[in-house]
Amino acid sequence: MSMELTLSRPTTRRKVKVLVAKIGLDGHDRGAKVIARALRDAGFEVVYTGLRQTVDQVVAAAIQEDVDIIGVNQHEGSHVYIARKLLEKLREYGADDIPVVMGGSIPVVDLDVLKNIGVREVFLPGTPINEIVDKLLRIAEERRSRREV
Amino acid sequence: MAKLYSREALEEILRAYREWEENILPQWLSRMPERQEEFTTLSGIPVKRLYTPADLKDYDYMEKLGVPGAYPFTRGIHATMYRARLWTMRMFSGYGGPEETNERLKMLIKAGETGLSLAFDNPTLVGVDPDDPLAEGAVGVVGVSVPTLVDMEIVFRDINLGEVTTNMTINPPAPVLLSFYVAVAEKQGVSYDRIGGTTQNDPLKEFIGQKTHVFPPEAAVKVAMDVIEWSVKNLPKWNPISISGYHIREAGATAVQELAFTLADGIEYVRQLIARGLDVDEFAPRLSFFFDSHINFFEEIAKFRAARRMWARIMKEWFGAKKPRSWWLRFHVQTAGCSLYPQQPWLNIVRTALEALAAVLGGCQSLHTNAFDEPFRVPSEFAAKIALRTQQIIAYETGVADVIDPLAGSYFVEWLTDEMEERAWRYIERIESLGGMLEAVKKGYPQREVEEAAYRFQREVEEGRRFIVGVNIFREEDVEEVRRVPLLEFNQEEVERRQKERVRKVRSMRDEARWRRALDELRGAAERGDNIMPYVLNAVKAYATIGEIMGVLKDVYGTYVEPPYY
Amino acid sequence: MVTRDYVLNLIEKAGKGDRRALGRLLTILEDVNSETAWVVEYLASRSRGAHVIGITGMPGAGKSSLISRAISVLRGRGYRVAVITIDPTSPLSSGAILGDRLRMQEHATDPGVFIRSVTTAGLLGGLSLSALSMIEAFDALGYDKVIVETVGVGQSETQVMNVADTIVVVTMPGAGDDVQALKAGVFEIGDIYVVNKSDRPEASKTYEYMLFVAEKGEIGRGGAWRPPVIKTSSTLGMGIREFVEALEKHLEYLKGSGEKELRLSSRRKMLVKLLAEKIVVDSLNTIAEAELSKLQGNVEGFYEKALEIARATGEKLVNLRIQ
Repeated sequence: MSMELTLSRPTTRRKVKVLVAKIGLDGHDRGAKVIARALRDAGFEVVYTGLRQTVDQVVAAAIQEDVDIIGVNQHEGSHVYIARKLLEKLREYGADDIPVVMGGSIPVVDLDVLKNIGVREVFLPGTPINEIVDKLLRIAEERRSRREV
Repeated sequence: MAKLYSREALEEILRAYREWEENILPQWLSRMPERQEEFTTLSGIPVKRLYTPADLKDYDYMEKLGVPGAYPFTRGIHATMYRARLWTMRMFSGYGGPEETNERLKMLIKAGETGLSLAFDNPTLVGVDPDDPLAEGAVGVVGVSVPTLVDMEIVFRDINLGEVTTNMTINPPAPVLLSFYVAVAEKQGVSYDRIGGTTQNDPLKEFIGQKTHVFPPEAAVKVAMDVIEWSVKNLPKWNPISISGYHIREAGATAVQELAFTLADGIEYVRQLIARGLDVDEFAPRLSFFFDSHINFFEEIAKFRAARRMWARIMKEWFGAKKPRSWWLRFHVQTAGCSLYPQQPWLNIVRTALEALAAVLGGCQSLHTNAFDEPFRVPSEFAAKIALRTQQIIAYETGVADVIDPLAGSYFVEWLTDEMEERAWRYIERIESLGGMLEAVKKGYPQREVEEAAYRFQREVEEGRRFIVGVNIFREEDVEEVRRVPLLEFNQEEVERRQKERVRKVRSMRDEARWRRALDELRGAAERGDNIMPYVLNAVKAYATIGEIMGVLKDVYGTYVEPPYY
Repeated sequence: MVTRDYVLNLIEKAGKGDRRALGRLLTILEDVNSETAWVVEYLASRSRGAHVIGITGMPGAGKSSLISRAISVLRGRGYRVAVITIDPTSPLSSGAILGDRLRMQEHATDPGVFIRSVTTAGLLGGLSLSALSMIEAFDALGYDKVIVETVGVGQSETQVMNVADTIVVVTMPGAGDDVQALKAGVFEIGDIYVVNKSDRPEASKTYEYMLFVAEKGEIGRGGAWRPPVIKTSSTLGMGIREFVEALEKHLEYLKGSGEKELRLSSRRKMLVKLLAEKIVVDSLNTIAEAELSKLQGNVEGFYEKALEIARATGEKLVNLRIQ
C-alpha cells in the first residue's frame, strides 16, 4: 500500500473575480470606476470591460474570464431591457449560474421587476461600498460552495 | 491702487481678533466644542471659523473687483445684470422621436420660450443610427433621436428657425447636427445671418467627463475647430462652442478642478484657432462656457466669480484680445445632477433650489434646474415644472436678483474667490507644463485627477466625513412613498421601431449616386485635412445618415477606446 | 476536489467549442499543483504545434491595441487566436483591475478568439506555471496562435516571455526610456521590434535608431534570424499587415531551422522545472506550517529548526507518488 500522499491545498483561496460592465452607449462611468477601485482595494480581481459594450460582448467576456459575478452599471434608463437580455443570453450560453448584480439610476419601482428577471442584487446610488463588498463576497462564497469543484 | 483698508484700521481689527481668539473664544470652546476638528469645502479647502478684513490684507479693489460690465468682470459681465434682464431659464428637454419633441417645443414656444435646448439620445450623441446594434433599447430614452435630415425637419416642423435660437448638446457629431439645422433653415428660406443658437462641441471634456467621445483626442479637437472656424465665417449669430466644466464635475472633479480644467480647455481651443490664422477678436466673443452648481454654497459662488476674473485675464493678457467682448466669460449653469439621490427624492427639490441660488449669486447668464426625479429617469412634466418654478421663485420672490453681485465684499467670499483662483492657477500651470490640455488629456492627467477625486469623495461619504441627508444621515428605510413618485412614461419600443423604420426608408429613397459622391468627397476632405464642414453639410443634404457620416470620419480618424486609467 | 472525470469532460467539451468549459478549465490551470499536474501533461500530449507569441513592452506602448488589430488580420487568414494578458497587481491590497482586454473586446464574441486576463497575484500556481499551462491548453484545443501579453518586468513574466516561439518587443516614439532600456539589455531579446504609434511626428527618429541597433546585430536572440523593425499605428491600422507578415516569416524560419522544436523543448523543460519547484514548495509549506505553529516565545536555534523542516520535506518528497 502506498502512503496517502495528497499534498495539502494552498491556504489562500482564489480571489473573487468580478466583471464590471457598462452596456450600451451610456458614458456615465463614475460609479463603475469608483466601484472597480473599491473592489480592487478590497482584494477582488476586477475585469473592467470599458464603455459601449453589447450584451453579447459582456456575456462572452464573463465566460472567457470565468468570473464569479457580473456587475452591470446603468444610468440611461434601459436597465430592465438590458437585464432581461443579459439573463437570456447567459441562459443561452449555459452560464446563468453566474450571478448578476446591478447598480445605477434605477427607479425603486423597478427593483422588484429586476429581481423577478433574475438580477441577484440592485445597488442604488448612496449604497455604502462596504455593504456592496460584503454582499458580493457572500454571493461569491455561496456560489463556490455550491459548485462541484 | 485702491487698497480697501488702511494699515491703522487693519492693526486695530487684528488686535480685536486676537483678543477674541485668546480671551473670549476659549471659554466658549471649553463649554461648547466645535462640531468637527476641521471644516473643509467640497474641494477640500480648509475654512476658518471667522473671516475679517485681516484676511484681505492687501486687497486691491480695482484690481480684483472693479465694476460690473468692466474688466476684470468679477462682479458680472453686464453693467445692469439682473436688474435689467433676468438670466435665461433654459430648460434642457427632448425625448422620444422627432414627433414627440416637436410637440414639446411648440408647447414651450407657446408658453413664451424662444430659447430652445435640445437633449439628444445616446445613439445620436455618439453618432450611430437607430438600427445599429449598440442603439438597442436606447433610442429616444435620454433625449430625442435625430439620425437624418428628415428627422430634423420633423423636430422643427412649424417652427421658424429665424425666430428662435436653439442650443444643441452635441459633441463629436456636432458638424452633422449643425448641418441638419442649417439645412432645415435653408429649406425654410432663413438666411445664414439669422440662424442663432449653440452647439456644445467641446471635445476635450469628453475624455474627462461625459464620455460620448468618438475620435481620438487630436482628431476630435480638429473636428471641433472646423465647426468653430466655419461658424465664425458663415453664421454670425451662432455660438459654436460651449466649453463645459459641468460634465467634468459630474464625473467626480472638485470645484477647483472643474474651474481649472474648463479654462485650460478654453486656452487650448484659443491656441488652436489662432494657429489656424484666425484673429482672436474675431472668434473670442463666440466662446461660451457651461458650469455645474454643486451643493457647497459659497465655494460655488466663489468659483463663478473667480472664473470670470481668470478668463478675462487670460484673454486680455495671454492672448492680447482687444475687444472687451472677447474678455467676457458668458456661462450657462446646470445644478448638480450628481448631488441628487434616490433616497427621499423630494429632498432633491431643496438641493436644487440652493444650487440654483448659488448660480444666480454667481452671476450666470442662463440656468437649468434639475428635476427631483432625475436619479430615476428623464423628468416627468410635474417634476420639470417644479424645477422651473424654483428658478421663478428665486427670480421674483427672494429679491436676490435686485442687487448686482450682492456677496461682494464678504470677507469670506472674497477670500474664497482668491483661494479658488490661486488653486486653479496651480492646476493650469501643471497642464501648461505638460504641453497644454490636449497633451495632458492624451497623457490621462485630468482623467486620473478626476477619478481620484471621485474615489476620495466616495470614501469621505463612507467614512462619515461628508454628510448626505437621507443617505448617510437621517436615513429612512420605508420606500413606500418613493414608489408612489410618478415617473415619465412613454412607449420607447414604439419610438425605436418607428425610428428604425424611418432611417431605412430614408436610405432606400435617396439619390444613390449623389449620396455616394457626397460621402466620397467628405472622405477626401478628411484625408486631406480640409475643414470638413462644407462636406458634411453637402452629405446631409444628400440624406446621408449620422451613422454613415460618422462612419466615414471614423475610418479616417480612427476610434477612441478609453484606456483603463488607474 | 477536481475529479479526473470532471476535467476530462471539460476538455472534451472545450474541444467541441464549448467556451464555458474552456473558461472553467483555465481556472483549474490557474492553480496547478500536484493534484492537477496531470491535466497539464494530458494537454501537452495533445499539442498541435501552436505558434506561441510573446508580446512585451512598456506600459502605454499600445500592446493591447496592437494585438487587437493583429487579431483581425490573423482571423482573416483563418487562424484561431488565443490571448493571455498578464496584468500587474495592486501592491497594497493584492486586488487588481484587469483592463487589457478592454481594447480587445471587439473580438470577444468571435468564436475563433479567446481572451483571458490573469493577474500576478490571482495565480496560486505561480504566474509562470499557470501561464505555461494555459498555453498548453490553448495549443491542445486547436488555437493556432497563442499570444501572451506582459509589461515584461518581474522574474516570472520574463520566464514566460523567454520560452515563447516569437518574442515581439513593442516600443513607441519619444520613449527615451525605451532606448535606455534597450541599451541596458532589458529588451534585447526580441525576434521582432515594433515602433507603435508611428503616426506621431517623432516616430521616424525612434525607428531609425531601432533599425540601426538591429542591423548592427546588437539585439535579437542569435541565430540566422535578423530581427525586423516595423512601424505601426494601432489607432489608424497602419503597418498591421506587415507586422503579421513578420510573425509568419519568423514562424517559417523557426520551422525551417529546427528552432521551433528547440523552443517547444525549452518550454517543456521550463514546465518540468516549475512543477518541481511547486511540488517542493507545497510540501515545504505544509510541513513548515505544522512545525512553526509548535514554536513558542522567543525562538532560538533557527538554523537547526530550518534544517529539520528541510529534511522532513525531503522525506515527504521521497515518498511522493503519482496518483
